[in-house]
Amino acid sequence: MAMNAQGRPTRADAATAPGPTFTGNRALQIEESLIFEREFGGTGVDLPEPKAKDRLGSMKRQSPLNLPGLSEPEAMRHYVRLSQKNYAIDMGPFPLGSCTMKHNPRLNEKMARLPGFADIHPLQPQSTVQGALELVHELADWLLELTGMPAVAMSPKAGAHGELCGMMAIKAALDARGETGRTRVLAPESAHGTNPATAAQCGFSVDDIPADETGRVDLSALKAKLGPDVAAIMVTNPNTCGLFERDIRAIADAVHEAGGYFYCDGANFNAIAGKVRPGDLGVDAMHINLHKTFSTPHGGGGPGSGPVVLSAALAPFAPVPYVVKEEGRYQLVETRRAAREDGENMHGGRLTAFHGQMGMFVRALSYMLSHGGDGIRQAAEDAVLNANYVLARLKSEMTPAFPGHCMHEALFDDSFLKGTGVETIDFAKGMIDEGYHPMTMYFPLVVHGAMLIEPTESESKQELDLFCDALLSIARRANAGDASLKGAPYFAPRRRLDETAAARNPVLRWTPTASVRAAE
Amino acid sequence: MRYLPLSAEDRRAMLKTIGVRSIDDLFVDVPREALNAKIDLPRHRGELEVERLLGAMAAKNRPAGAGPFFVGAGAYRHHVPASVDHIIQRSEFLTSYTPYQPEIAQGTLQYLFEFQTQVAALLGMEVANASMYDGSTACAEAALMARRVTKRGRVVVSGGLHPHYAAVVRTNSELAGDTVSIRPLDVEGEEDLAAQIDANTSCVIVQNPDVFGNLRDFTPLAKSCAENGTLLIVVVTEAVSLGAVKSPGEMGADIAVGEGQSIGVPLNFGGPHVGLFATRQKYVRQMPGRLCGATVDAEGKRGFVLTLSTREQHIRRDKATSNICTNSGLCALAFTAHMTLLGEVGLRRMSLLSHEAACKAADALSSVPGVRLATPRFFNEFTLRLSANAAEIVEALASKGVLGGVPGGRLWPNDSEAEDLLIVAATECTTDADIADYAHALSEVL
Repeated sequence: MAMNAQGRPTRADAATAPGPTFTGNRALQIEESLIFEREFGGTGVDLPEPKAKDRLGSMKRQSPLNLPGLSEPEAMRHYVRLSQKNYAIDMGPFPLGSCTMKHNPRLNEKMARLPGFADIHPLQPQSTVQGALELVHELADWLLELTGMPAVAMSPKAGAHGELCGMMAIKAALDARGETGRTRVLAPESAHGTNPATAAQCGFSVDDIPADETGRVDLSALKAKLGPDVAAIMVTNPNTCGLFERDIRAIADAVHEAGGYFYCDGANFNAIAGKVRPGDLGVDAMHINLHKTFSTPHGGGGPGSGPVVLSAALAPFAPVPYVVKEEGRYQLVETRRAAREDGENMHGGRLTAFHGQMGMFVRALSYMLSHGGDGIRQAAEDAVLNANYVLARLKSEMTPAFPGHCMHEALFDDSFLKGTGVETIDFAKGMIDEGYHPMTMYFPLVVHGAMLIEPTESESKQELDLFCDALLSIARRANAGDASLKGAPYFAPRRRLDETAAARNPVLRWTPTASVRAAE
Repeated sequence: MRYLPLSAEDRRAMLKTIGVRSIDDLFVDVPREALNAKIDLPRHRGELEVERLLGAMAAKNRPAGAGPFFVGAGAYRHHVPASVDHIIQRSEFLTSYTPYQPEIAQGTLQYLFEFQTQVAALLGMEVANASMYDGSTACAEAALMARRVTKRGRVVVSGGLHPHYAAVVRTNSELAGDTVSIRPLDVEGEEDLAAQIDANTSCVIVQNPDVFGNLRDFTPLAKSCAENGTLLIVVVTEAVSLGAVKSPGEMGADIAVGEGQSIGVPLNFGGPHVGLFATRQKYVRQMPGRLCGATVDAEGKRGFVLTLSTREQHIRRDKATSNICTNSGLCALAFTAHMTLLGEVGLRRMSLLSHEAACKAADALSSVPGVRLATPRFFNEFTLRLSANAAEIVEALASKGVLGGVPGGRLWPNDSEAEDLLIVAATECTTDADIADYAHALSEVL
């Protein structure tokens, strides 16, 4: 046995692999029970017992909650152990196409927690929140400058909420024109699911726009579908195949000529921010996902923020509230009547109780001030460069869905896996064992077995080289008939989970069982 | 630029690998005249400079913690333990995505499962989802769900529902083609909602405690709704009330929605907050939003996944129950972590302490000449009728360092009946000295 100077072994002797551990833990991977599967009755917050008798009378809660309270050390351990079962951008590349998982600067977190932003109430007197209104106004100015649009609605709470805001404005504008017969919305088959869902929520029917062989909107097919019943088109640009719609001006012109509006899904604005202004492309409305392009964190699924820029034609139909600057003072316009004299004919209404995602606004403005106009542009260029580098490095073993360069994300189909028995999902799960979060899989729907890789500007060349080498090795394993990929992942906190069983018999909450009773 | 790892040398080498000469060769599909548009924005800045700029803006605002603070009406200042903010800033939570790859997202999924369990218990309902944007959008989604369940097209809204919630419901339901009947503002909580129900009524939306602070028992209304096949939607904007006050489920609600901000989430000037959404098990397939469910992995170990996604937009597209995609994940984590620390014992104390502070404040303020308590039975918020315009009084109080509440004119700008109303909230953060300062200032300005 190899020993060091203290006589301590420095190398393990060869041994057979052990069976399962007694605890079920595997070193740093620690099994963690639900908070409900322990003693009830405690609390981790020291609050005094109220002194006076309550005045709730018959409105007092009757039934017990049966919710456990954990001491601070127990709670910390619970959540830290849970956190260690998650993959995160701070651990490695998170190449989810269309989702834009870029670095989240911690300065932004620090700024959002300043008491002057985090500890102010949406309904306290406007004279006491002038700095907050200034921040909203300043962020709006940056968004207008970057998009080349004349107006922006700040209150939508996420991208899909922004879509709702924009499509509502379109509906209201059509109503104001007396064109209630425009009931159809056109969207490409490759669109995000939120596009048709939003159009339907606004009472429109949805019709597909076919794609051409290069993965873009088929202009002549689009023109054939336009007519006096079309309210709008919803087009993502760059699109969900990672390609810029090269006919974008002609598309906008055709829709406008037919009397409809152009809604642009801005989910991929990060590819062109600082380089191209959507206002120069004929856009009427576009939401901006602050949690994508401007890196307010995704937080495991939100909160997001989805301000919507609007053309002059749609600006009068923006929702309340919004901020205006008058004589050096910021004012929050909160009612329709105050907003417009002819408010009777205006829609717009209200989308949320308060003024939007202030916490996200602070983070986004912090990101913008840090990057500056030059940094925002460089970030877009690096995102496009990184995606094309991945495309170039992988195309020897994997099959790009479309010829040519891409924008900020590289799309592959599964034809390189044909005949191997390995499918896109197996490839993705194989990536987990290599230490990567999988790319977006099976989206967009127009590509068979789609794999959409968005590296973002946050990855170094060295990180990308290792990532590409790992993907090439998985592709080679698949082609060499390595069936083990069908069972991947092997090294994650859990093996593949049975989603069919979960949906067939939904268990959506913990309930007490015979073996685990809540202590009264 | 500190956030961009590529060096100039890297960029050159990568362009060479790709086989192009310059970065703009990758932007060839952009119309020439639109590429590299002149954008008039300042250049990048260091951390120190950004901190100065944003710090100056923050300094112009008056934080709740800087003095006596009594503002509520849908957002409340409660104390959040330091550990909660630490937990939500763990990289693995903060910088992760929606848990679409469950094998490496069990952390997020397990806390969502725990969140759903806590929310269902608090609201007294059978099932809860993994969160909505906020209480107001959860409320609007509830009305749309009632439309799907009942196939009816008329929404009745209580005059005690927060008017901004009512406005959000109207925006969404009218868009869907429904009519929305918003009852007149109802300070004393005496409206007869059962009389408003007709054969086409999909739902009645009520709030407890209502926007004026009244505690209202909707048990009889639930019976009327059930007899008519109408769903009762009960809204809770002060989640802390659920520790001491009868829950929506105990009253017979079909859908219960709430604003969860009070537990774990700062005021944030109105967002982000976290919407709570719960209902009966039999309606689960009509619910909006993400749901986390338990299952097993290939080795038979328990694990969690997002489930029933055939309701959702990424699968069902224009037939989805809602267009929602992103929800309020990190705020849901703050909620569940704070709730886990509190437990039933801690929540009840926090709840009753808030109630106690409000009782003291109501006693002190209603003894000021020119002030009358309009809502005798309340939890931690009540409405005063003043002998003067409440908005002007609130401004005068603010200039004395007291944030005294929300004037009726702010919430109902078009209703002169609201001008003398002042809605006042207290929590466990409110001290006896705050109350004394407020009463003194009010007697000076009134």
